[in-house]
Amino acid sequence: MSAAHVTLRGVTKVFPASDGGPGVHALGPIDVDIKKGEFFAVVGPSGCGKSTMLELLAGLTVPSEGRVEFEGKPIRGIPDGVGVVFQEDACFPWLSVQGNVEFGLRRSNLDAAEKAARVAAAIRMMGLSDFARAYPAQLSGGMRQRVCIARTLVVQPRLILLDEPFGALDQQTRLLMGDEVLKLWRETGATVFLITHALDEAAMLADRIGVMSARPGTLIDVVETNWPRGRDSRIVERENFGALTSRLWKSLRDESMKTMGRMGI
Amino acid sequence: MTTVRIYQVVVIAAFVALLEALCLMGFIDKITMPPPHIIARDFYKLIVGRRYFHEIGQSMINVLIAFGSAFVIGVITGTVLHAYRRAREVMDPLFATYYAIPIFAFYPLFIMIFGLGDGPQVLIGYMLGVVAVIVTILNGLDRVPRVLKKTAMIGRLSPFETAWRVTLPFCAPFLLTAAKLALAYAFIGVIGSEFIMARSGMGYEIGHAYTNFDNATMYPLILLLLLISIVANGLLSAWEKRLLARRGQA
Repeated sequence: MSAAHVTLRGVTKVFPASDGGPGVHALGPIDVDIKKGEFFAVVGPSGCGKSTMLELLAGLTVPSEGRVEFEGKPIRGIPDGVGVVFQEDACFPWLSVQGNVEFGLRRSNLDAAEKAARVAAAIRMMGLSDFARAYPAQLSGGMRQRVCIARTLVVQPRLILLDEPFGALDQQTRLLMGDEVLKLWRETGATVFLITHALDEAAMLADRIGVMSARPGTLIDVVETNWPRGRDSRIVERENFGALTSRLWKSLRDESMKTMGRMGI
Repeated sequence: MTTVRIYQVVVIAAFVALLEALCLMGFIDKITMPPPHIIARDFYKLIVGRRYFHEIGQSMINVLIAFGSAFVIGVITGTVLHAYRRAREVMDPLFATYYAIPIFAFYPLFIMIFGLGDGPQVLIGYMLGVVAVIVTILNGLDRVPRVLKKTAMIGRLSPFETAWRVTLPFCAPFLLTAAKLALAYAFIGVIGSEFIMARSGMGYEIGHAYTNFDNATMYPLILLLLLISIVANGLLSAWEKRLLARRGQA
């Protein structure tokens, strides 16, 4: 790991109200540096602005204040070298697995042979070689999410943004998908930014975990996991894994209560 | 053949057999309707003798032009309106009340503008279909998951590419429904207009045969019209079914 790959400095996001009234202060101020090749996770209560933070990094929205930088350059529009995997099923149902993965390279200047090789490699990497001609409707939820990951990987991103990518999957599949993501992270050397509701998922996958407050979301704690880079889902068996998730919950509990209170629960 | 298909064939065969029996037993007189086997014979003669082929061809070309223009213009208009919310809000009341407007009432006006050629028939077929296509496309585009649009943005697709590569392919089942509606309205508009005021075409020939009690011409032409319409719709439905099956929605 080396210098800051991603920087958020004094970043806030206020969504304007449709009736001209005061806007909704959704996020910030946020200050954080993410190192090159780091696996950084963010946990926080519902509605704290986690997804907004990811959308800022993806260039899907712009900050109201502050600056967001990737590789030392401010993010304006969709940055080159960034891939996103969303929580929702983002497979194109009219395309086969191969067609979905190829879609990632639609705008690339690679020649046909190189494109085909990259697509085949991404499909193989996600263990979908036997299903290259299948359509998403023929696959399980976990396999569809792997198709989306393969579509992201095929562009060889230097920053991978994961927006609760396993949220719709069962616990077993989530653990196995976590292993896949860790393997990819090691093999590609990309920086990974993960948003999740699941504390154990963040604790298992990340090098550092940012804990966010209730809206407007700010980072109230950043926890180092100190796991080895070669880890996998068996890390949950470690004695200090429970202590780590307990610490995350301790930081998060009051904020979650605030959110619940706001929701009138 | 599936069980459902067998039942469908049995129901149609039973209906034709019932008509045949009613005609032969005199419950339906010959001037009103000849027995189905006579219609089939006259239909065969019409096809083999290539009678009215020029009129049939003329009507079908007009139907195709009305259908094609309603579909293409409807899809483009629907896609553009979906991108501009304010424009859609302006147009929504027109779409909601459009089918309360008796478009056939404008026929004399169209004749004054376009003359007695094929223009008025095609225009009515087009006008009947185009709004149905726009409304169906808008309905389909409303259902495109936001995550697919975000995926298109991440892929840095232009608005045109997003429509061409993502939103319209997602709406393919709606496009096929729109195509079926446009086709049905094109038949109604073109053939209906020919009935009223045209000097040629299938609708005119059916109307002419009707006023002359020429059942040997009228029923085979109606049968041919039915067959063309059913086959065209059947092909679109089969395509739709295949597409939905691929998406696990059949």
